[in-house]
Amino acid sequence: MEYYFDNAATTKVRPEVLEAMLPYFTENYGNPSSIYKISQKTKKAVETAREQVAKAINAPNANEIYFTAGGSESDNWALKGIADSYASKGKHIITSAIEHHAILHTCEYLETKGYEVTYLPVDEYGVVSPESVKAAIRPDTILVSIMFANNEIGTIEPIKEIGAVCREAGVLFHTDAVQAVAHVPIDVQDMNIDMLSMSGHKFYGPKGIGAMYIRKGIKIPSFIHGGAQERKRRAGTENVPGIVGIGKAIELAVSELDTEMPRLIALRTKLINGILDKVPYARLNGHPENRLPGNVNISFEYIEGESILLLLDMNEICASSGSACTSGSLDPSHVLLAIGLPHEKAHGSLRLTMGHFTTEEEVDFVLEKLPPIVERLREMSPLYEQIKNANK
Amino acid sequence: MMYSEKVMDHFMNPRNVGEIEDASGVGTVGNAKCGDIMKVYLKIEDGIVKDAKFKTFGCGAAVATSSMATELIKGKTIEESLKITNKAVMEALDGLPPIKVHCSCLAEEALHAALWDYAQKNGIVIEGLEKPVNDISEHEEVPAEDY
Repeated sequence: MEYYFDNAATTKVRPEVLEAMLPYFTENYGNPSSIYKISQKTKKAVETAREQVAKAINAPNANEIYFTAGGSESDNWALKGIADSYASKGKHIITSAIEHHAILHTCEYLETKGYEVTYLPVDEYGVVSPESVKAAIRPDTILVSIMFANNEIGTIEPIKEIGAVCREAGVLFHTDAVQAVAHVPIDVQDMNIDMLSMSGHKFYGPKGIGAMYIRKGIKIPSFIHGGAQERKRRAGTENVPGIVGIGKAIELAVSELDTEMPRLIALRTKLINGILDKVPYARLNGHPENRLPGNVNISFEYIEGESILLLLDMNEICASSGSACTSGSLDPSHVLLAIGLPHEKAHGSLRLTMGHFTTEEEVDFVLEKLPPIVERLREMSPLYEQIKNANK
Repeated sequence: MMYSEKVMDHFMNPRNVGEIEDASGVGTVGNAKCGDIMKVYLKIEDGIVKDAKFKTFGCGAAVATSSMATELIKGKTIEESLKITNKAVMEALDGLPPIKVHCSCLAEEALHAALWDYAQKNGIVIEGLEKPVNDISEHEEVPAEDY
């Protein structure tokens, strides 16, 4: 059995969610757009899921929820769609340096199409300040897109305040909330959010299904052209089992937030303190308090992340790192560099993300296995040798 | 990305980790910025590499290539040592993923850096050996721009 500490990458589908989905593969297979009776069931299931998603983020109206194929599609749609429909107002977009690549690479694409993008810096904890958003807004700014919570370091952004700044300036505000939805409370009305991206598999739903909240009145063209599904804004026969799954998953997770959040925060605290107590030359990345309940991100000096992951894997522990070797390039994570970490510390980062299925026994297991792994790699490291010699 | 069984074996059970106190030559290559540093110690007697040890900061491939390179050089003459290329190290490990090939280059350079150090210390010239580009060993005579 594996010890799964990579819930920010994806999550296991909850049995209740799978059970809700299964009938929509076999007996309830009708195309929701068709007229006969068996399609009425699937159409109703899609609308029920839409209501479940709307309710979970307190969207005033279920028809402000659009189902997509996932977080990346939602992000692409938000940025390219608004860039397209508001081009007559201006061609300036504001985002942050620590966004997910679904945002950053879409922004880079838009730059090649003549748009100008401001990438706001963050502080040492990865926080985007509302003041910096305010200062960056220009008359030709058409969109601000700031993530709700960061996928690597877990920092939760001051979304309500940033939303207020945007409202006041009359600029649309989108948030990539893929990591935050169903993990922390979200209220799109109270938080001044105009558009919000989410992904089902981050909260115990299936992969390949996401959604976007688009506040009523926002002009946005269709992303996938074709049939009249999703009120003509996203063509393609609905992924009914996926939609049923995301609806059930979000309802379930949000209904349990009151107990699940404190449980995960306690595990997070135990894991962070346990590691920092047992391992010297280690530092916590991200905000100490304003962070996702299940996120732990720690840099170990003098060693490299991939090596840690391989040795953890030998102990059946699944985790991830921001090292170059895991990013597929020679540079470590852009998020860790943006919070001011030097390259060598960014290479030695380890992300452990917990979730619904994580138990305290599993946390204890990591606390038992990790320190000797770090020590073993340090004994092999010429950088650690220098430090030890210097301290002699 | 998948490593071969041999790479995993040399990563999990690296051969020759450590230091040699009275090493004949020591070479350090790489940089912490890109995430790989290899330090190789050689004990050379009568023109033969009697022992080799290493310390490495880096990924699985960096550790495995260091381990294999030090295995390959042990018992070789200096002339034979120069024939241990990155390709030879990779082949001995049953290959590396394309993105990790640079690790094997670094392993070759680490051996050369240690041999270079040996040559410098003994005032000899080793035919065909050049100072590796990524050499970051703390030779007194190395000009600052090489760091």
